[in-house]
Amino acid sequence: MAKDNKIKKYSTGSTILTAVFVVICLVWVMPIFEVVTNSLKSNNYINLDVFALPNAESFVGFANYLTGLTFGNYPFLKSAGYSVFISVVSTFLILLCCSMAAWYIVRVQSKFAQFFYYLCLFSMIVPFQMVMFTLTNTAGSLYLNTPWTIPVIYLGFGAGLAIFMFVGFVKGLPLEIEEAAAIDGCGPVRTFFNVVLPMLKPTLISVGILELMWVWNDYLLPYLVLDITEYRTIPIHVQYLKGSYGTVDLGATMAVIMMAILPIIIVYLFCQKYIIKGVAAGAVKG
Amino acid sequence: MHDLTGRLLYCTANTEKIESEGTPLSKKAAMIGANGNLIRKPIQRWAPLFILPVFLSFCIGFVWPFIHGIYLSFCNFNVPADAKWVGFENYAKIWTDAGFWNAFKNTACFAVVTIVLINVLAFTIAYALTQKMRGSNLFRTVFFMPNLIGGVVLGYIWSMIFDGILKQYATYLTANATYGFWGLVVLVSWQQIGYMMIIYIAGLQAVPEDMLEAAKIDGASGSQTLFKVIIPNVMPSITTCTFLTLTNGFKLFDQNLALTGGMPSIMEGATKVNTTELLALNIYSTYNISKNYHGVAQAKAVIFFILVAILAIAQQTATSSKEVQQ
Repeated sequence: MAKDNKIKKYSTGSTILTAVFVVICLVWVMPIFEVVTNSLKSNNYINLDVFALPNAESFVGFANYLTGLTFGNYPFLKSAGYSVFISVVSTFLILLCCSMAAWYIVRVQSKFAQFFYYLCLFSMIVPFQMVMFTLTNTAGSLYLNTPWTIPVIYLGFGAGLAIFMFVGFVKGLPLEIEEAAAIDGCGPVRTFFNVVLPMLKPTLISVGILELMWVWNDYLLPYLVLDITEYRTIPIHVQYLKGSYGTVDLGATMAVIMMAILPIIIVYLFCQKYIIKGVAAGAVKG
Repeated sequence: MHDLTGRLLYCTANTEKIESEGTPLSKKAAMIGANGNLIRKPIQRWAPLFILPVFLSFCIGFVWPFIHGIYLSFCNFNVPADAKWVGFENYAKIWTDAGFWNAFKNTACFAVVTIVLINVLAFTIAYALTQKMRGSNLFRTVFFMPNLIGGVVLGYIWSMIFDGILKQYATYLTANATYGFWGLVVLVSWQQIGYMMIIYIAGLQAVPEDMLEAAKIDGASGSQTLFKVIIPNVMPSITTCTFLTLTNGFKLFDQNLALTGGMPSIMEGATKVNTTELLALNIYSTYNISKNYHGVAQAKAVIFFILVAILAIAQQTATSSKEVQQ
């Protein structure tokens, strides 16, 4: 019975459309497919023909991945470790501090809070190039140029969008619940963590995904701020491989790229619902 | 509980009444606040915890660099500590900088091409995927995926692919500015179509069902329904996406750097011009020419900021005027 319904639901036209889209999607994933196949080929064969599939001669198994781990005079896992640390800590800081600030701005509404909010809105339209030279200098003189302290800079530069989104949501929260908590003897800190924060959960997820994607993929800020000989994130690592293009082992490079994008794709496939929603919510950023 | 809320509301209403009779405006605004003092005062006491960390980092990460940046655009400097005021000299230098104008032209062309290409394709895909169709969720997942990969990694992947294709014609990506430009267009379209598609899908799903039904009953053809019913209804999404592609095009940096790095460069008179550079990359490479160019790079950054700000304000005006219409 159920099967009958299903057959009726799709017309011939829609079957053709599905077929067309299958082809388009195969073309769409082609670049990633090329990375996968080339990461399994030896360098000579990649230079011969990028698009050839690995065969008995060119197939080298996971040898490229082993080379890739120490490729470019910098261990890949080290840059991956810095990337994970910086993005997780920065995102956590942004979520915590900006949601608190947004609550303060909406509930207190002092002159200072208003001023700060407008400043945040303004910061959203300022491109990074405007502040990059001076920010590098400031970060250096305040000792914020290590992976352990760079999250402070991400908090500062990312605050605009996060506070904007949180303020929009906090404005819609009913005041009565917080008043009830206050009457029951709940201080502001407990009210925030036990009452407000749980209600903010959907926005926390959206903002968290946006910030995580930004920090994880960001190249220029860590490149300018960090001491590159000592600390590299994944984008910097990849750009350094690119720097010596033509002479490098392309197979190993593709293996590095594969290791860089595989975790993201796996995470995406598992939480795509949240990711797509979060990204669409961030579309307000001009 | 209900009683209490009622009383609180009554109190607020009452104070408002009193205020409107004779207190100065500023005090009034502070007292009403929409919140009442039950919540407001205690939070204010905790200001150092709630707002100070963000405010301090915001000053370090944005406010001070921004102000300092404007000041330095009028200076000659190697490091900010030895800045010497030169007035508008840096801005005058930009006026005769062939590299900057070339980058400006590239950016404008790039923005126009990507706006048209990305929006038309994204809308078409979104329209097809919102029809009854097997596997549309899977297709959506696939189209969106490139968006998650960072610009630098994307640039590297695509430079390998383009070089692989061009090799068959015995040439390479950075041999010709045209290759670099269209290569960047393909890369950015591949990355952003999925994103815009998501916004269009949300817009298309919000088209009122009864309107579509009415069009069907009135015997409207497919294209009539599309142009007379659907497109007017998704106008807000179209505005959003157009401006997003516009600002994304203007701010593009990572992809540009990783794909061609501005190469190939040609000599125009005595100045070196990187032919595939966009504005953001031009600012960056100007800074790296020599220490005499630090001030010029900062001045370019200020002009760049003004351009992006104008676009953002134009977007705000366009979006809010659309909202009024509805």
